[in-house]
Amino acid sequence: MTFRIGCGAGFQGDRIDPAKDLAERGALDVLVFECLAERTIALAQQARLEDPNGGFDPLLERRLRACLPGCARNGTKIVTNMGAANPRAAGECARAIVAELGLPLTVAAVTGDDVSDRIADYRLDEIGETAGALGARLVSANAYIGVTGIVDALSRGADIVICGRASDPALFLAPLVHHFGWEMSDYTRLGRGTLIGHLLECSAQITGGYFADPGKKDVPNIAHIGFPLAEVSADGNAVITKLPGTGGLVTPATCTEQMLYEIHDPAAYVQPDVIADFSDVTFEQVGPDRVALRDADGRAPTGWLKVSVAYRDGWQGEGQISYAGANAHARAELAAAILDERLKEAGITERLSQVLGTEHDLRLRYAARCPDRATAQTVAQEVEALYLCGPAAGGGVTKSVKEIIAIASTLFPAAEVSTCAQLMEPHHEIA
Amino acid sequence: MKLHDLAHGRTGDKGDTSNISVIAYRPEDFPRLEAQVTSERVAAHLGQPSEAVTRYVLPKLCAMNFVIRGALAGGVTRSLALDAHGKCLSSVLLEMPLNPRGAG
Repeated sequence: MTFRIGCGAGFQGDRIDPAKDLAERGALDVLVFECLAERTIALAQQARLEDPNGGFDPLLERRLRACLPGCARNGTKIVTNMGAANPRAAGECARAIVAELGLPLTVAAVTGDDVSDRIADYRLDEIGETAGALGARLVSANAYIGVTGIVDALSRGADIVICGRASDPALFLAPLVHHFGWEMSDYTRLGRGTLIGHLLECSAQITGGYFADPGKKDVPNIAHIGFPLAEVSADGNAVITKLPGTGGLVTPATCTEQMLYEIHDPAAYVQPDVIADFSDVTFEQVGPDRVALRDADGRAPTGWLKVSVAYRDGWQGEGQISYAGANAHARAELAAAILDERLKEAGITERLSQVLGTEHDLRLRYAARCPDRATAQTVAQEVEALYLCGPAAGGGVTKSVKEIIAIASTLFPAAEVSTCAQLMEPHHEIA
Repeated sequence: MKLHDLAHGRTGDKGDTSNISVIAYRPEDFPRLEAQVTSERVAAHLGQPSEAVTRYVLPKLCAMNFVIRGALAGGVTRSLALDAHGKCLSSVLLEMPLNPRGAG
């Protein structure tokens, strides 16, 4: 019997309908929701600072309400990183929903990825300074943890496992390790499970999403694209497919694009539990929307975990204004020159001026990196002022000001990160 | 003839590093792509220094992966660009002209 694992989300803003479909019709053992990007966790950390019970995925409740009935009916467990900066609070939220729906499901929260209290001495690759040198600008530091905490939660009977910053493939690898009893020294199987996780983790990106190029790569019924699932064998090889009747397609081409997505050396995809090796992987079409994958491999992990460090890095001010028709390009360029002149004393550290569109419908976009909010607001206001003080016939101004939360990375000893799976109290105690 | 006629691809990003896959539609075209789509030519096409680009070749998949460091103006969290991830870069690369006859 193969183990059936599906992907119900590839990012925080992903569609919910295809996940509900997988929960109801997928006959899945596990449904994974991967909802955490590098910057998402920084924003979640900020939300948690404002509200100690916040800092988890804002769509957690909607996703669970849509998918839990189907999952409960089919015995499908859920693994997700929707805990973001606060897995325990997310677990409490999930427990309340489970209780309200009257479902006999156990919730677990996996913690241990937050290393912000131990990161000060570590040098950040991108800025060459230690995290401690950021002082009060430091927002968060989260290590990409591996499968251990998730496997522990599943072993202790959790039906819904909610973690924060885990490596994306680990969300999928963990249920495979738990189900098949793979040894953590069986690097070939860990490498194969990592490939399955990497292929599934971006949801529709392997079923024809992010793929269509009309006339070259046509995707059937793309408006109703289905999310993927894998039928995994005990040896770690698998078939990627999707539900009958859904849009999209699964082919060696979609699989190859996704395998190389966001990886560098295909022979060394560095993960917390394994260095996966995809250099000998093959994909074979074995049926309609069915692709068999073989021959991923792996070797021992490095003993270091990647840590994403988020820090406040000034403000961005931006404005846009349209010009069209006769001499539009010259008027847009004049507008940019006016902004450069007006803002040269403003303390901007970097600017980007772009004229977008065609001669008959142009839009000037002016964006600037600024040391503080007030300067960023000045940039936006100067664009707006072009209405009356700029070139002829400018219109349609939009403006925005946002704080920049930048991400830098470093490596942290894996041995110093201990993950912990915590089962939440049974739901009847709070019902 | 353009690279787009013979290949497809996808861009990913990690911090300030972009990676762009180039995948041949037909296996018989791959040797020609491997010969012509070198890291030097990719760097020149994208306006990057050649030492910033590393090429990895996957013959079994008729694919190449180009890793371009420092390509994203600081990366998605810092970039002032509209496409802060640089996700459009694969399509930009597919505009690369190919020599229709020669292998090199």
